[in-house]
Amino acid sequence: MELTGSQILLACLQEEGVDTVFGYPGGAVINIYDDLFDSPIEHILTRHEQAAVHAADGYARSTGKVGVAIATSGPGATNTVTGIATAYMDSIPMVVITGQVPTPLIGNDAFQEADMCGITRPCTKHNFLVQDIRDLAQTVKEAFYIARTGRPGPVLIDLPKDIQVHKYKFKYPEKVKLRGYKPTYAGNSRQIDKAVKMVLQARRPVLYVGGGINLSAANEQLIKLAELTQTPVTTTLMAMSGFPQNHPLALGMLGMHGTFYANMSVTECDLLIAVGARFDDRVTGRIDSFANKAKVIHIDIDPTSIKKNVAVDLPIVGDLQDVLGKLHAKLTEQTDAVQQLIENTADWRASIAEWRQSHPMGYKSSDTVIKPQFVIEKIRELTADDAIITTEVGQHQMWTAQFFQFRQPRTFLTSGGLGTMGFGLPAALGAQVAFPERQVIDISGDGSFQMNSQELATLVQYRLPVKIAILNNNFLGMVRQWQQMFFEKRYSQTCMELPIDFVKLAEAYGATGLQAARVEDVEKTIQTALDTPGPVLMEFKVAREENVLPMVPAGKAINEMVLAS
Amino acid sequence: MRHTISVLVENEFGVLSRISGLFSGRGFNIESLCVAPTMEEGISRMTLVTTGDDRILEQINKQLNKLISTIKVVDFTGEDYVERELALIKVNAEADSRAEALRIVDIFRAKVVDVTPRSYTIEITGAPAKINALLELLRPMGIKEIVRSGPVVIGRGAKGVTG
Ligand SMILES: Cc1ncc(C[n+]2csc(CCOP(=O)(O)OP(=O)(O)O)c2C)c(N)n1
Repeated sequence: MELTGSQILLACLQEEGVDTVFGYPGGAVINIYDDLFDSPIEHILTRHEQAAVHAADGYARSTGKVGVAIATSGPGATNTVTGIATAYMDSIPMVVITGQVPTPLIGNDAFQEADMCGITRPCTKHNFLVQDIRDLAQTVKEAFYIARTGRPGPVLIDLPKDIQVHKYKFKYPEKVKLRGYKPTYAGNSRQIDKAVKMVLQARRPVLYVGGGINLSAANEQLIKLAELTQTPVTTTLMAMSGFPQNHPLALGMLGMHGTFYANMSVTECDLLIAVGARFDDRVTGRIDSFANKAKVIHIDIDPTSIKKNVAVDLPIVGDLQDVLGKLHAKLTEQTDAVQQLIENTADWRASIAEWRQSHPMGYKSSDTVIKPQFVIEKIRELTADDAIITTEVGQHQMWTAQFFQFRQPRTFLTSGGLGTMGFGLPAALGAQVAFPERQVIDISGDGSFQMNSQELATLVQYRLPVKIAILNNNFLGMVRQWQQMFFEKRYSQTCMELPIDFVKLAEAYGATGLQAARVEDVEKTIQTALDTPGPVLMEFKVAREENVLPMVPAGKAINEMVLAS
Repeated sequence: MRHTISVLVENEFGVLSRISGLFSGRGFNIESLCVAPTMEEGISRMTLVTTGDDRILEQINKQLNKLISTIKVVDFTGEDYVERELALIKVNAEADSRAEALRIVDIFRAKVVDVTPRSYTIEITGAPAKINALLELLRPMGIKEIVRSGPVVIGRGAKGVTG
């Protein structure tokens, strides 16, 4: 049967198991929207294309499935770029479909034309301009395949308007034709044998785990390996929900705002096992001091991540499920040696326990003013273990990572690599669409919230009961903190002078607004929000000049921390 | 250190900008770049010359391989290979210098491909060093224009590199 291009597109999405897309219509996708009108695929209309992409991202991060977003050509398409770059930096599987001007007009500066393949080349895993209706189905097939395999990432399909109306027989291809793309899943067994030896010889080992752990869904394998070998585990921002933070072996986050004991452990370790992490500068601090007493094993599915920033003694390219699983299996065969290892490393765990005791994670509590960390602890206490937490970017994001104590995989959705303010609310929206029954909470700052606050409308329209907790310090807090610490308190353009009535703002959209200005109101406010159906915005008037500590100043080694007094 | 790398790529929309964008976006050097289709359907071959230390070259290799459009990457450094570049050189050739120019062309086994009363256009093929040497000798006569293709390379021996 002959179908039009837009019908073929939707048929392909169904073949890929897509039941929900996020998007925003316009002239160059009007045909697609016409076919969506009676398609079983659910479309969520966000109020901005950036939000549609973040929502697809939140959907992908919480489910592990490929998120899908649609936007029109020109401004609609360029609005998606921040969302795409955010997903790219965190390796999130996503397909973004943009309309394009008709093929004969491409290159003419036509109305609402933007060279999306050019613009998104550096922030997509791959992109396609469909130039012929006969290529469409194959292109969609390959886009989804590329997005979800290997190191996942966003793929853009730019679809000209004339191709959407051309007709062609539809048959979903069975195979991709990508002769240059063959990700390595199975770790090399000789390398894994060497890793076993290195692990057994270690006296002061640490597992340094990044976002790959969630992407690969290798959480069980990690826990088993850590427990078998009694190796402490430090996690990056991207991996805070990758390993249970209440586990006795959890060291919490490392790096710029890492715990004292995580940063000390990495500095003093003799074996660093990097797992799906990429030695980001926010993690390493001064690179030549990072884990410089250690041999390094680096396990990653992406060979470019290995030896990019640091020298590696043993590279293992492969999927974490496979490699960690095999490592665990091989170690299990050596009961005596593992027993010996646990004895050999007992002193090491004792030193870490001392660091943990001398400098625990904490903050100065207060009876008179609401401490932002206190709000986060209370949200933790009052929500279920499987509650999905998103954040924006800033101090509230770091405090969430430090204090939330995540327990389950894929429960912490945050923009790590790009650090995109405005991510959290639409990401929460996407996660709530994926999991209507779970608690979804966006922990936000007053600055970030205003970058995509229009999505309150989407929440209300689709009855998505996302709860938003704004930790309002009337500052662009994280920048203010840097100005306080490194620019003599010259608060240039970081004070949000205009007090906003967030409660009224929520109500204007038809959501519920709550405010807590006193310490004793915090718990009640959170409980009320959780008990109230539909979207609820909570505003917490928090201590204005609270700082995120510990902090490693830029350019310093990670053991040179400014600590909480 | 100078490296000459061949990259076999899908001959498709935007592939050149993927490669050049990779180099500019990551701050890798690129001295020259040649592209043309190969005998295999849908495959183009790029030859590029770059410089960098071992760590950078390892990244260049890996990053090139990571591109979905890349089929194969061969770094010829340390291998036995033939390297050739084409140059077209327009040089002043008036009165007494005309004979001198022809003598030099002869020595280098180059060719004159265009003649006017005041100039010769010379075609030469060879390793980049040979072209440099010719340019050195022609320079005193006054060079008006140089077009160089950038080198292409092929491995020595019976084995061929294909996609
Ligand atoms: C889109 C974007 N613009 C600018 C920044 C730089 N930036 C990082 S944190 C921050 C302040 C965030 O303020 P707020 O959302 O109020 O959170 P707080 O730090 O106060 O918790 C800024 C401006 C950014 N990360 N993203």
